[in-house]
Amino acid sequence: MLTIDAKGTYYRRLNEQVREAIAKGEKELLLKNVNGQYYIGDGLKGEAMITIEGVPGNDLAAFMDGPTLIVKNNAQDNIGNTMNSGKVIVYGNVGDVLGYGMRGGKLHIRGDVGYRVGIHMKGYKKQIPVIIAGGTAGDFFGEYMAGGALILLNLENKKDGQIVGDYLGTGMHGGTIFIRGEVDKKLCGAEVGISDPNEEDIKFLTDYLKDYCKDFNLKLEDIMKVDFKKLTPASSRPYGNMYAY
Amino acid sequence: MFKSLAPPEFLAKIDQVKCIKCKRCIQNCGWSVYSWGGDKVLIDTYKCVNCLRCYHYCPEEAITIEDNPVRFRSNANWGFYNIRNIKRQAETGGIPLTGMGSDMPYPVIFDNLLLDACQVTNPSIDPLREPMELRTYLGKKPAKLEFEKGPDGKSKLKTKMPPQIKLEMPFIFAPMSYGSISLNAQKTLAMAAKELGIVMNTGEGGLHEEIYPFRGNVIVQVASGRFGVNADYLNAGVAVEIKIGQGAKPGIGGHLPGEKIPLDIAKTRMIPVGTDALSPAPQHDIYSIEDLRQLIFAIKEATNYTKPVSVKIAAVHNVAAIASGIVRAGADIVYIDGFRGGTGAAPVIIRDHLGIPIEHALAAVDERLRQEGIRNEASIIAAGGIRSSADAAKAIALGADAIAIGTAALITMGCTVCGKCYTGNCSWGITTQRPELTVRLDPEVYAERLINMIHAWSHELKEILGALGVNAIESLRGSRERLRGVGLDSQTLDILGVKPTGR
Repeated sequence: MLTIDAKGTYYRRLNEQVREAIAKGEKELLLKNVNGQYYIGDGLKGEAMITIEGVPGNDLAAFMDGPTLIVKNNAQDNIGNTMNSGKVIVYGNVGDVLGYGMRGGKLHIRGDVGYRVGIHMKGYKKQIPVIIAGGTAGDFFGEYMAGGALILLNLENKKDGQIVGDYLGTGMHGGTIFIRGEVDKKLCGAEVGISDPNEEDIKFLTDYLKDYCKDFNLKLEDIMKVDFKKLTPASSRPYGNMYAY
Repeated sequence: MFKSLAPPEFLAKIDQVKCIKCKRCIQNCGWSVYSWGGDKVLIDTYKCVNCLRCYHYCPEEAITIEDNPVRFRSNANWGFYNIRNIKRQAETGGIPLTGMGSDMPYPVIFDNLLLDACQVTNPSIDPLREPMELRTYLGKKPAKLEFEKGPDGKSKLKTKMPPQIKLEMPFIFAPMSYGSISLNAQKTLAMAAKELGIVMNTGEGGLHEEIYPFRGNVIVQVASGRFGVNADYLNAGVAVEIKIGQGAKPGIGGHLPGEKIPLDIAKTRMIPVGTDALSPAPQHDIYSIEDLRQLIFAIKEATNYTKPVSVKIAAVHNVAAIASGIVRAGADIVYIDGFRGGTGAAPVIIRDHLGIPIEHALAAVDERLRQEGIRNEASIIAAGGIRSSADAAKAIALGADAIAIGTAALITMGCTVCGKCYTGNCSWGITTQRPELTVRLDPEVYAERLINMIHAWSHELKEILGALGVNAIESLRGSRERLRGVGLDSQTLDILGVKPTGR
């Protein structure tokens, strides 16, 4: 394992060091004293595992394709921007615009997520992007969602109205949102239908939550004690009748 | 279903005496205007868009297409299309769509600008006899150059040059996605770009594997839908473009309906077959210049600072301030699309009433960047209604580094600017994905025509440069002294930075 001290290092130099190390075949990196450096893991490919100590800056794992990033602290905005595959594990809370246009891979967040999470998330062939957040979410959760899954766990068991913000799933035309707890229909965009998860959904949830529980040392049974609500688009063509030809 | 109260725009007519009943018109029309009635060809003229495919493929010249003389009562205020669109809206409740750039009679400033020429006191140059330089580099230029002595005692460049796109002539093909145009149309652009030493642009629909061999002549685009974007895609071309807006539909998103997403397009866009490909109006990770900077550098990091990053915007009221922000955000190229710019599909009301002309936008941006001392920080691409090499020369004199050609390139492939791109029925095989139509567009054949056209424009540009008495396009760039305005008011002249004719 290679340790890089990020203290006082400008992001461009830090990321250069990371790229150089991975190009040399390094599989495990530890970045110490990270303090807001942007773009860690940006465009990285392969199987590397990078552990980050400190708070990384925006666009963590943007365009990333394969590696695993572990953040032992909070993280900031734009994590997993247009990410293709790989995994990001964050022990704390994260900021806004998580997984924008994400096509594959996993984002496991232990705490809360901010606004505009999972916007235009897609699925493609066998790629299913999945974001799991342990806490609560802000407005525009799953806006324009086109594929993949957003799973909001509300592990603190907050009451309806505090779990997720307004404009939930507005413009949604693919994918699934699972929310642990009750969902008020008035928070949702008109394009969203709310139902109870079926057997297949529970299997899907169980599979993905097992991995999540492993990352954070949680118990699956505790999570599954509370029922989930499933949000899906009412149509894959929400704006089909908008135009005159 | 009752007959639409919006009368047909065109009358397709067949001279039954000349018609040999070969049915080629039936085969060729993508809109199903013609059908076989047992003993003669039947015509549903409501469907005719006047694209002239049938006319060209009728061996007997039996077909004529006329403007429908039946019009609503003429009225200087209530024009035909005002009334027609209301009737269509009453019948469907939808937003009328259109394709191509605006056809509204707004003033075309290019037509009120004239170029200079040399007479007596400064000799003109004959481009057939003397070399003329059209080569253009797009990208950030250093503010100053530093040199150092090498070990052999010779001076060499010490300054590290930022990445550049090399163009043999100051033209690029405008972004047109696979989905909005056919793969054969994209291939035509790619083949022509490679042969000409210029570049084409994927648009926002991803990069098809058959375009990959042309990657040295391709700009890849990143738009709000992020279709087909991954780290490989960003590194595939010679540059990456962030699309913020489009001249024909500034401020609104794109929407490729699910029925137009067959397998191959879905694969290229990396989305499931049959779902809508929605491009949200803004990129939801960009709400400010700072956010834009973040994405520009996310792309630079992903490409290891080896590719110039372009930002494409629509020409809008505050375009100069916006462009300044874009340059300060770190863009290497600013692409400005005037309101006349083309589109595969846009609401009529948006296309015809939002944005400003490229001439004004270009002059304002060039002037602003010069005033701020940052003009060298980015190249400017001008687009949106460039119809000829004269328009191109005038745009370059107003400050453009290169000109984007969209509609003009499609015209070489058979397009007649009928404006029905959004229907997906293009009889010429350009803006359609129907295999029986796209097969008509042979990239080998049409790339040659496109190459011919760009060569012709380049020769014309050289003639213009020769007449101006300069031997490089660089000498015309931003040289507004070589332009004069005819019939323009003083305020317009002031914005353009151009004197009136006679002065």
